[in-house]
Parts: sequence; structure tokens; C-alpha cells
Amino acid sequence: MKHKQIYFRLVMLLLLVLLSIGLFMTYQTYGNWQFALTLRGKKLLAFVIVGLLTSFSTISFQTITQSHFLTPSILGFDSLYVLVQTTLFFYFGQTPTHPMIMFGLNVGLMVIFSVILFGFLLRKESQDLFLLLMIGMVLGTFFRSVSTFLQVLMDPNEYDKLQGKLFASFSNVDVSLLYMVIPIVIGIILLFWIVSPTLDVFHLGTCQAINLGINVQRFRWFILFLISLSVALSTALIGPITFLGFIVANITYQILPVYKHRYLFVFSALLSILMLVLGQFLVEHIFHMNTTLSVVIEFSGGVYFIWKLLSERGKTLQ
Amino acid sequence: MKKSIPIISLVLLAVLSLFIGVQSIPIQDIFQLSETQSLVLWTTRVPRTISLVIAGATISVSGLIMQHLTQNKFVSPTTAGTMDSARLGMLVAMLFFPSGTILVKSLVAFIFAFLGTVLFIQLIRVLPGKNQLMVPLVGVMFGNIVGSIVTFFAYQYQLIQNMTSWLQGSFSTISKGNYELIYVTVPVLIICYLYAYQFTIVGMGEEFSISVGMNYKLVHLIGLLLISVASSVVLVTIGGLPFLGVIIPNIVSLMLGDYMKDTLWMTAVSGSIFLVIADILSRVIYPPYELPVSLIVGALGSFIFVILLVKGAKK
Repeated sequence: MKHKQIYFRLVMLLLLVLLSIGLFMTYQTYGNWQFALTLRGKKLLAFVIVGLLTSFSTISFQTITQSHFLTPSILGFDSLYVLVQTTLFFYFGQTPTHPMIMFGLNVGLMVIFSVILFGFLLRKESQDLFLLLMIGMVLGTFFRSVSTFLQVLMDPNEYDKLQGKLFASFSNVDVSLLYMVIPIVIGIILLFWIVSPTLDVFHLGTCQAINLGINVQRFRWFILFLISLSVALSTALIGPITFLGFIVANITYQILPVYKHRYLFVFSALLSILMLVLGQFLVEHIFHMNTTLSVVIEFSGGVYFIWKLLSERGKTLQ
Repeated sequence: MKKSIPIISLVLLAVLSLFIGVQSIPIQDIFQLSETQSLVLWTTRVPRTISLVIAGATISVSGLIMQHLTQNKFVSPTTAGTMDSARLGMLVAMLFFPSGTILVKSLVAFIFAFLGTVLFIQLIRVLPGKNQLMVPLVGVMFGNIVGSIVTFFAYQYQLIQNMTSWLQGSFSTISKGNYELIYVTVPVLIICYLYAYQFTIVGMGEEFSISVGMNYKLVHLIGLLLISVASSVVLVTIGGLPFLGVIIPNIVSLMLGDYMKDTLWMTAVSGSIFLVIADILSRVIYPPYELPVSLIVGALGSFIFVILLVKGAKK
């Protein structure tokens, strides 16, 4: 693919994103600029953060697992986050702790557990893809069961607080958290950006990567760590969305058949922001639905996933 | 493996489950119950235990038959979209016949469960590859898609809370007068037993069945109908019980093989035992409150399922 073509597609997408943001921010404000902009600005900021984190983490995850079907969410990452969050609340909910400490603990535990879990899952080089997917889904159910289990035992007031933390869906993002995570998010994105040339090498396969002098094991752990951090942050912001990463990553590969992660990252991030903003706009203003965006994403993602499984004839891992 | 041991333990557990709960009914008082005690015993405890035993057996046997029909070890009412389709039926019934009786709701749920399962079976016929895990994977996805349709419309019509109570399998609301529908599954189980031989043959595949002179399509259809009736009745009266239909038949077939005439009763009894134990746990973990039994089943079930998956993959 020529550079011209790549840039053309990127710029087109960028224009679309800007257009949809403009639409989203200015549609039917009835002259109440101040009010509408602060309210929608918050949502928009959340969309941008979640879009960045989801797309970066999914694409790098798919590169190191060498499969376009696996995503952190499908393997139960975000259910794990919900479980960690719930467990912490269950044990330390009554004692007043600083929210920053609580959040740090959350993310720390999440990273430790997910690295252990996925280190275990991705241990063998030639793992059966379907087995992994199936185990991931069942584990997701398991984590959700245990979380619900603890939530049932909780004090109702505690539960209310937790609910606010866990499912601060698109409509009511936790603002205090939002500003807190911005520097962390910038750090994560920068790190992904710095290591993207190394990720490019991974497209050649693990053996080649070792040949070219990359410390594959260590690099994998590092990337897994970054991914867990990203998932923890985006789940903390808007709750679990299973298929967003899957949809965005796969559409990106279709439209932009390049191997360079920097292009893939930018394109998929823009794409996910576009999907979130436009989706929210349609759901809210055009269809006047009282449904949530995540339901729509879940439905279309599920259909896309099955279609992709069928069309790939289920034989390749790529 | 003698038949007597599991049956005796099921009876003992069932008796035990009669005497567990908030209202204390000591077992030594069984012949001189007070008014309240006998009321509690006959209106909630006995119906509850009966429905536990029946539901456990039904879901496990449905899973077993499904596994034979699809020739796949990991298929069950939860991993083939049957349960989610039945749920969609419930939603439709709530929207169009809000004042309908529980019978009407079950009927609609059954029709949807049947259609959904047929659709899924058609879908996996086009599936390529011989991978055992492809089918349940697509099944879970299919179930999720149907589930998201349900959530979508439930949101539109503000039925989410109402639906959530249907999703959670729980026996706490069972009492005399609202659970009798579950008896419908007893004849279904008996028919399953009568057809066990045919289902075993169907499990050998279409060509084999036809070559030994069996009406493959008919038996397949009967199997699907039986599963749909059973699943929708359990969903309407109790709720969803995740992975129960996968783990019990698998564990039993690991011990007793695949000849259904031998494994069917054992699958039924083990399913009942599992569910009775899960329910006893749900009552004693956090008294005086009860946990929904589906949580316990979900946690235990998914854990055992992962072990089975890893073991199956090693082979």
C-alpha cells in the first residue's frame, strides 16, 4: 500500500470523526451552549479515552497472540476487572480509604491477576484457538457469577457506591476519575507508541522475532502489562463492552492492510471514537431510544464475530 | 457402579433439603409439627425440593440428548441458544399477552426455544471444520446475540427488572400453586428414556442412522421438541441454570460411556444431586438470606467446565 493511500484513508476518517463530533456537540442545543457543552464534553472525553485504550490494547494483543479473533475482552479481562473491583469493595468498602489508593490497588491487582491468568492461557506456542476462546468466555461467566455473588452479600449502600463505580455507563461518567486517568492514559499511549516498531516485527512470527534479537518473553510480559492497565482503566470508566475492540480492530485490518502498528493504532483509535460518538448520537437523538449503546455494539459485534468465523472457514489463526 | 448408591444419596439429600431454611423444622419433630411448621413444609419446602429434583434431572438430560443430536460434547441448552431463545419468547409473551397466564408464557417461550434451536442446528450445519469447540463457541455467541435483542427491547419497554428476575435461576419464590407446571417435564423425561436407544444411534451420525434403517430426521425432530419443551418449562418456572447441561452429562459419560440406555438415569440422578446440593449451599451460606441458586451453579459449573475443556483438549 502506498503512503499516499494510507494518508488519504486516515485523513478521510479524521474528517468523519470531526464531523460526527461536531454533530454530537452542537445538535439541538437550543442556545444552551454552556450547559450542553460541559455535559457532552465529558462524554466526549470519555469516548476518546476509551476509544484510544480499547483500540491500542486490542491491536497489540492480537499481534502478540497472532490471531484476529482473540481480544482481551473476549478472554474475560474486563469481567476479571469487575471481580477485582467487587472483591476489594467487599473487604475494604467500610474503611474510608483515599480513592487514589483504592484505584491504584484495583489496577495493581488487576494487572497481577491478568498477567498470571493470560500467561497461563497463552503459555503454549501452538494453543488451540477455539479452546482459548471457549475458556475465556466460560471464565467470563465464572468471574461474573462470583462478582454477582459478592454483590448480593453486600450492604446495600456499599452496593450503590460500587454500582456507580462499575457501570458508570456512557451517560454518567465518573468525572473525578476521568481527570485522574488522563495523565496515566497519555503515558500508556506513549509507551505503546514507543514499542510499536518492536510490535511490527511480531507480525513475522515469534521465531523471526527471536532471530531478530527481540527478548520475546520479556516483551510479551511488558505488553500484557500495558494491556491489562488499559482494560482496567477503560472498564473503570464505562464498564465492560465485549466486542468494541474486536469490531474496530478487524475493520481496521480490512480497510488498512498494512503491518505498521503506528498506522493501525491511529486508524483504529479514530474508528472507535467515530463508532462511539456516532452510535451514541444515533441512539440518543435520532432513534430516541432509551437503550444503551453497549447493547447495540454487543449485538452487531456478535453477528460480525460469527460471520467472520464462518467466512474464515475456521481453519486459520490469522 | 451400583444404581443404589446415587439414588440413596439423592433421597437423603432431598430429605435434608426439606429441613433447611429460616423456619426451623427439626427432623425429630416430623410427627408432631405445629401449624406453622406443617404449613411451611407443605407449601414451600416440599414443592421446592420436588422442583429441584425435577429441574436438575431435566436440564442434565436435555444437555445429554443435545450432545447426541449435535455429536458434540460441549453443547447444552445454555451453549446452543435454547435458553436465550426461550427468554426472547418470554419477552414477546410479556409484550403481547401481558395478562397471559403462565401457561401462555411457557407456550410462547417453548415455540421460540424450538425455533431458536432449529436455527442454531441449521447454522452449525454450514460450519466448517471438525473442531469440537467451534459449535459451542458459535452457540454462546448466538445466545449472546439473542440475549442482546432481548435486552434491547426490554430497555425500550422498561421490562429490564422484570426480565432480570427471569434470568436469575432461583427457587426462593417456589411455593404451592406456582410451580406445578414443572411436572410437565416428567412425561418428557419418560419419553426421553423410551427413545434413548434411538438417540444413541443418532449420535453415531446421519449416514450410520440411515444405514441401520432409522428415520433420522424424525428422531432428530422429536429430540429437539423434547429439549425445547423441557428447557422452556424450566426457564419459566425457575430461571436459567448455566452450564448444568454440559457438566453433568460429560462427567457421567466419562464414567459410564455413551450408551444412553445406561447413562440416562444416572445423568438425571446426578443432575438432581448437583442441584439439590447447590440449593442447600445457597440457603446456608448467608442466612437468613438466600442466594440465587444460579450463582452457585454458574460458579461451580463454569469452573468444572473449564477443567473439562482443558482435559478434552489434551486428548
